[in-house]
Amino acid sequence: MEAGLTFALPLLLAPLMLGLINRTKALMAGRTGQPLLQTYHDLFKLLRKGAAYSRTTTWVFRAGPTVGLAAVLVASALVPLGGVPAAFAFPGDLILFAYLLGLMRFFTVLAALDTGSSFEGMGASREVTFSALAEPTLLLGFAAIARQTGSLSLSPMYAGLGSDAWRHAGPALALLAGALLIVFLAENARIPIDDPTTHLELTMIHEVMVLDHSGPELAFILYSSALKLWLLGSLLVGIVVPVRSGIVWIDTLAMLAGLFALAVVTGIVESSMARWRLLRVPQLLVGASALSALALALILR
Amino acid sequence: MNLWTDSILVLLALASLLLLGSSRIAGCIRIVAFQGLLLGLLTLTVQHGTPSLRPLALATAIIALKGVAFPWLLARVLRDAEVRREVDPLVSYTVSLLIGTLALALSLWLSQRLPLPTKPVASLLVPVALFTILAGLFVIISRGKALTQVLGYLVLENGIYVFGVGLVQGTPMLVELGVLLDVFVAVFVMGIALFHINRAFDHIDADRLAVLRD
Amino acid sequence: MILTLLLLPLLAAVAAFFLRPDMPRRILLVLTAGAHAAVTGVTWAVQPAPTLGGWLRLDSLGQLFLSITSALFVAAAVYSAGYLHRERRGAREDFEEGLLFANAPEPTFTTCLLLFLAAMTLVTVSHRFGLLWVAVEATTLASAPLIYFHRQHRSLEATWKYLMICSVGIALALLGNFFLAVAASNHGGTPIPLVVEELIGAAPHLHIAWLKAAFLLFLVGYGTKMGLAPLHTWLPDAHSEAPSVVSALLSGALLNCAFLGILRLQQVCVAAGEAAFGQELLVGFGLLSMAVAAVFIIGQADYKRMLAYSSVEHMGILTLGVGLGGAATFGAMLHAVNHSLTKAMLFLVAGNILAVYRSKSTSEVRGVLRVLPVSGMLWVAGFFAITGSPPFGPFLSEFTILKAALDQGRHVVAIAYLVFLAMIFVGMMTIVLRMAQGVTQREAGGPEPVLATIPPAALGVLVLLLGLYIPAALQRVIEEAARALG
Repeated sequence: MEAGLTFALPLLLAPLMLGLINRTKALMAGRTGQPLLQTYHDLFKLLRKGAAYSRTTTWVFRAGPTVGLAAVLVASALVPLGGVPAAFAFPGDLILFAYLLGLMRFFTVLAALDTGSSFEGMGASREVTFSALAEPTLLLGFAAIARQTGSLSLSPMYAGLGSDAWRHAGPALALLAGALLIVFLAENARIPIDDPTTHLELTMIHEVMVLDHSGPELAFILYSSALKLWLLGSLLVGIVVPVRSGIVWIDTLAMLAGLFALAVVTGIVESSMARWRLLRVPQLLVGASALSALALALILR
Repeated sequence: MNLWTDSILVLLALASLLLLGSSRIAGCIRIVAFQGLLLGLLTLTVQHGTPSLRPLALATAIIALKGVAFPWLLARVLRDAEVRREVDPLVSYTVSLLIGTLALALSLWLSQRLPLPTKPVASLLVPVALFTILAGLFVIISRGKALTQVLGYLVLENGIYVFGVGLVQGTPMLVELGVLLDVFVAVFVMGIALFHINRAFDHIDADRLAVLRD
Repeated sequence: MILTLLLLPLLAAVAAFFLRPDMPRRILLVLTAGAHAAVTGVTWAVQPAPTLGGWLRLDSLGQLFLSITSALFVAAAVYSAGYLHRERRGAREDFEEGLLFANAPEPTFTTCLLLFLAAMTLVTVSHRFGLLWVAVEATTLASAPLIYFHRQHRSLEATWKYLMICSVGIALALLGNFFLAVAASNHGGTPIPLVVEELIGAAPHLHIAWLKAAFLLFLVGYGTKMGLAPLHTWLPDAHSEAPSVVSALLSGALLNCAFLGILRLQQVCVAAGEAAFGQELLVGFGLLSMAVAAVFIIGQADYKRMLAYSSVEHMGILTLGVGLGGAATFGAMLHAVNHSLTKAMLFLVAGNILAVYRSKSTSEVRGVLRVLPVSGMLWVAGFFAITGSPPFGPFLSEFTILKAALDQGRHVVAIAYLVFLAMIFVGMMTIVLRMAQGVTQREAGGPEPVLATIPPAALGVLVLLLGLYIPAALQRVIEEAARALG
């Protein structure tokens, strides 16, 4: 039953996270902003629309969003929600998770390149660079947690990150949380890496890759980005919130509270900073890998 | 106490890493001031039990000098020189950060290999000390502005001090104060030299000081 | 008595800073130098008691270096009294580039000179490694304003390089001090205090790996201050831009004191049975320094830089001597005396030449023997002395080192040594003799100032005497010093 919970919750609640982030940003700017459930409305609207395809595109363009959604759906079956285990768990599933996200990114990039537009090619190259720099952080972070909890599967790893783990390896886990926050912001195209609300194609990274999609495929893209936000967020919140009471409802509620708090924090971060110069972003990502490496080294001692 | 010491050491390492990637000199000065503060706190946390008068006095002196006096002096020089950023270092910032991460890994590996006759206060102490020393040396070598070189020297001294505070017991107060005084006068003299350099050259680029050569 | 040696220049420095009129300040400088030398002379007769709980102690090694420093300072003080009198106040025109600059205020100069003396004295008498470190760093800080006496951009550049490179080197030496403390930690028992005598006494208990690492750091750290290649890069700049008096003191006294730091640890290493490790390193650095100096002296365009590279060479010879061990150590200690006296004389004479010719270029200065008879003669004599020709002192010391190398069967070392000496001889000969002879338009504008010629002449006479006869007391002290070093 718990397995179904961790699979169903993101499917239902992930768009709400996007709505929370947008609402927080609006409130910080002094506006009322969109309703919290706006993303759901957007999804339904897009699903009902027809799609327009450019004549220069091939099947790759149509496959991109579909494969991406499929990948992230499979990934959401692997990610635990804090103490609540995921639908599937086996040793090594953390690598599968990382590469499912990679598959999604790969097909998005392919679809972007398939359009033949220079903006999308530029966005694709930036996206790939930043992801290449963010990947060591994620994997080193996983290695650190695996070492700490003694397991190579995501669900047992996160189940072992209770208050005991914090007492023993507090500094390391704090570093990991910092590193994963930066990865979270990078992979989900948030400020300070990318501005999701910009309308200038030259400054976009993620947005520009999906510029030519429309209709249901745009809905797939929106939904899969919400799911990715949820998944990476639950990885981060699983470290930060050390509630492992063993009772499903308490753990789930604690995680949900953490996730919504993360959405609010993301909104605050986005409102209070500007996007960094593109030359500085690799430094930030290398810094994040250094944090991960340091956390791993701390745990190894 | 161990948790405090570990946290302070981790923050020290992070500060050194951050310094490698910062281009704004004012930010760099603040990072080094923060390191000075951490150093003073470290002096207190490595004591077993409540600290006696001597470590307290030493910690106060360190925080006063390295956390307050030096940064203030350097900030004054910076204001006079009207420089904001370090432009065109010898090694770009991304590469500097990468090298910093490698240096961190190297320090961790080296400290495993070093046979210590007495156990250090915290297991992180020797790697963080080595890393800070390497970071300081790297900043001195790879940065062009004279002010950043002074900051690198301060970081080098900080790293050496971390090594001393963790491993060496029984250094008499006189020697420690003497070392502090020397570093203070060194930074003071360097600050004066920087004033003069700024006035004479209208810039503080040490790598442009290359008239004397064979 | 040791405290007198320290307090005398210190108090004089404070007094010099606050004295307004110039003439009393210069008199104070000379008097302090004289008093310091007098007290040093007394220590030759009466062995002073150790003070400060054994931290300050005057053994033969320290006494040797202290006497060199003191003698040099007397010459420098007399010379600078005249030099400061001749240096005009206000804006002056630079020789090389014609820009206007001013000098540092005279009280600063005199105060820093006296502080410099105090710091160097502290280096020679401190037997506690931490205090030794403080003293060496203090010499760097006291001498930096001295290099920046002529306030123009070249000397500023030289001062900055000096400050940065020497401070980093000395910071590494501080790390070496901590490594030494780890070596002396006595495996968790009561740590052995870092005093030379106690470390020698407890030598079997020292942790050898850390001792070796400490020696390496000392060699790199204090070696930077001493001018060993490849860490010598600050030396030519600092010595060519500083006033000649300051260069004389730097080359003659300061480099020796930096060497003392390395020697103290070598004493401990010898007692711990690790003499061979240090000696190999010393031989290597020594030969490298001589090689670098030889390469850069040939075709040198600036005669003060030439003298600076000659200092690098001689520091190399000193290191080589101590590295070879045995009789070569005696030669090295004797060479320390000879080199200091000769180099100081050469720098003071170079200052005279610079004052008249207003150029540091070796291609422009000609006919020194005609224009400045006394200085010219001392210049040529100094050249012969510094390159190791008989009957001057350095010949004896260099020959002792050579003989020891051959006796030990280290033929490669001996051949390299001779080759470098020959290269330096040829390089310096072309420069010096061309400078001394030839015709020039320059006029001296009067007889040479007495205060500018007496000090170098006195030093030259001493060097000549040492080449012919070594007083028994000096011989004894050198032998004791050499024995302490193995």
